[in-house]
Amino acid sequence: MGISGTPNPVIQVSRIRKSYGATAAVSDVSFDVTEGEVFGLIGPNGAGKTTTMECVEGVRRPDAGQISIMGLDPFRDVYQVQDRIGVQLQRAQLQKRIKVWEAVDLWASLYPKPLDGNRLLEQLGLADKRNAWFMTLSGGQKQRLFIALALINDPEVVFLDELTTGLDPQSRRAIWDLVRGIRDRGKTVFLTTHLMEEAERLCDRVAIIEYGKIIDIGSPQELVGRHCSTRTVVLATADALAEERLRAIPRVDNLIRQDSQFTLQGQGDDFVTEVIQCLSEYRIRVTDFRTVLPNLEDVFLKLTGHSIRD
Amino acid sequence: MLRGLWKLTWLEIKIFLREPLGAFGSIFLPVVVFVVVSRFAGGRLTPGSLSTAAFLRVGLPVLVAVLIALSGVLSLVTIISIYREGGILKRLRATPLRPQTILTAHVLVKLTLTALTMALTVLAGKRYYPVHTHFPVFGFTIALLISTWSILSIGFLIASIVPTARFAQPIGAAILYPMIGLCGLFVPVQSMPPALQVVARVLPLTYSVSLLEGIWKGEAWSAHMCDVAALVVIFAICTALSARVFRWE
Repeated sequence: MGISGTPNPVIQVSRIRKSYGATAAVSDVSFDVTEGEVFGLIGPNGAGKTTTMECVEGVRRPDAGQISIMGLDPFRDVYQVQDRIGVQLQRAQLQKRIKVWEAVDLWASLYPKPLDGNRLLEQLGLADKRNAWFMTLSGGQKQRLFIALALINDPEVVFLDELTTGLDPQSRRAIWDLVRGIRDRGKTVFLTTHLMEEAERLCDRVAIIEYGKIIDIGSPQELVGRHCSTRTVVLATADALAEERLRAIPRVDNLIRQDSQFTLQGQGDDFVTEVIQCLSEYRIRVTDFRTVLPNLEDVFLKLTGHSIRD
Repeated sequence: MLRGLWKLTWLEIKIFLREPLGAFGSIFLPVVVFVVVSRFAGGRLTPGSLSTAAFLRVGLPVLVAVLIALSGVLSLVTIISIYREGGILKRLRATPLRPQTILTAHVLVKLTLTALTMALTVLAGKRYYPVHTHFPVFGFTIALLISTWSILSIGFLIASIVPTARFAQPIGAAILYPMIGLCGLFVPVQSMPPALQVVARVLPLTYSVSLLEGIWKGEAWSAHMCDVAALVVIFAICTALSARVFRWE
C-alpha cells in the first residue's frame, strides 16, 4: 500500500463498534492509515465518520474493537497520544472574545515542544488578525486558526474533521493548499469529508463509509477503476453521417444525440481511443470534443445506489 | 498536575471582562445597587427604627454578600452551558488540558471576581454606608469565598442538567434565588414550619448565611466549624454528583 514499499501503519483500527442508545453509529469498522499519507473517510452526514475519528483521537471510547495509534491505545494513553497528534474538530468554537494570539499562546503552553506561534500564524495568513477576537473572524479565518492550533505541537498525525464545510469555494481552495503543505512536511493526515471533490484532490487513499460500515478502501483512481469502468465522450459535429459511423464502434454501449451534440458511453480504457480513431478514419469534423471520466461521486452512486448529497 | 491552569484562568478573566455586561454587570452593578439601597434605607433611619438599624448592621451586608456569591454561580452556569453548546468545552478537552483544569479555572475566575466585588463593596461601604460597622474584612472575605466555592458546586450540578444555554439563566435563577428566602436571613430557621426547616437544613446558603453573619458580628471561626463542615460536605456531594452526570457536549 505504501508508496515506498513497506507500509508502515500509524493508525490501525480493527473491528470497532460504537452505539448511542439503540442507534449503531459505527458497526465493525476496520482500516489502517499509513505513515505520511492523506487518508480520507468519506460518506454522507451521519455515516459514522466523526464518531470513528473521535474514537481514534481518544475523545470517545468504542464499545468494542481495537485501535492503535503510533503504537499506543488512544483511550488508555490519551494524554501521551494528545501530545503527538493535532486535532481539528467539526463545528468547534472558541470563546467569542478570545484573541487569536491568546488562543495560540494557550495551546502552545500545553505542549512540551511547541512551534513558534507567530510564524505559524504568518504561514496561515493570520498575522494581521493576531489581536482580533475569535467572533470577528470569517469562516475561513476560523478554520485557519483551528489548523494553526492543530499544528502548534508539531504533531505526527493531524486529524481534520469536515474541514471546509460551510466555506466558500475560494477559502476552500486555500485550505486545500494548506493541507497539501502539511502532508509535504511529512505528517500523516486523517480527514473526513462529504465532499467528493475534496477527497479526490487531497487524499492518497479513501475509505467510503455508510451506515457505520466501510464499503470499500483504496486510492481514488483504484476505486474508480474498480467500480466505474464506463467512459463517456461528448462531441459536437455537423457531419450528417456521424451518427451512423459512431454507432458502428463495437464498444459503444449507449449513444445519445441532441441536435449536433453526441454523448457516447462505453467500457474500458480503450474506448476513448476507438472514438478518436473512428473520427479520423472517416474525417469527421468536430467542433467540440471532451471526455468525462468517472469520479468518486460516481463510485459512491454505484456502491450505495444514491448520491452523497441525498 | 494541572498544566495550563494559570494561563487559562487569566485568559478566562480577560475574556469575561470583555463581555459587554461582564465587568459592569457583575462587579460594578452590585456595588451601585448596594450604595443606592443603603442610602435609601439610611434616609429612613430614625432613632426609633431599631429593626431597620439591625437590618442595616448585619442583614443587608450579609444579603449583599450572598447576592454577590449567587450572581457568580449563575454566571458560571450560563458560561458552562454556552461553552458546551458552542463546542468550546469539547475543543478544550481535545487538548492535554485535563477536564478538572478547565473546571478549576472557571471556579478560580468566579472566586477572583467575587473577592474583587467584595473589596469594592467594602470600599463603597466605608464611604457611603449609613451605619458604622466594624467587621473582620479578611475573615469575612474568606467566609464568602468558602460559601461561593460550595455553592459553585451546585452551579456545576445545574450546568450538568440544563438542556441548552437558553434555559441556563432562568433555570439557574429558579433554583438558586428561592434559597435566599429559606436561608434564615429573613425568617429564622427555627421558626419555620418543620418541612421547610428540613429544606433549609440541606441548602448550602443556610450555612453560608450562618457563617457570614457570625464572622460579620465578630464571632470566632471555631464557633462556626459546623457551618464550614456542612459547606464542605455539600461541595463534596455536588461535585461527586456532577462528575457523574456532567456532559461535555
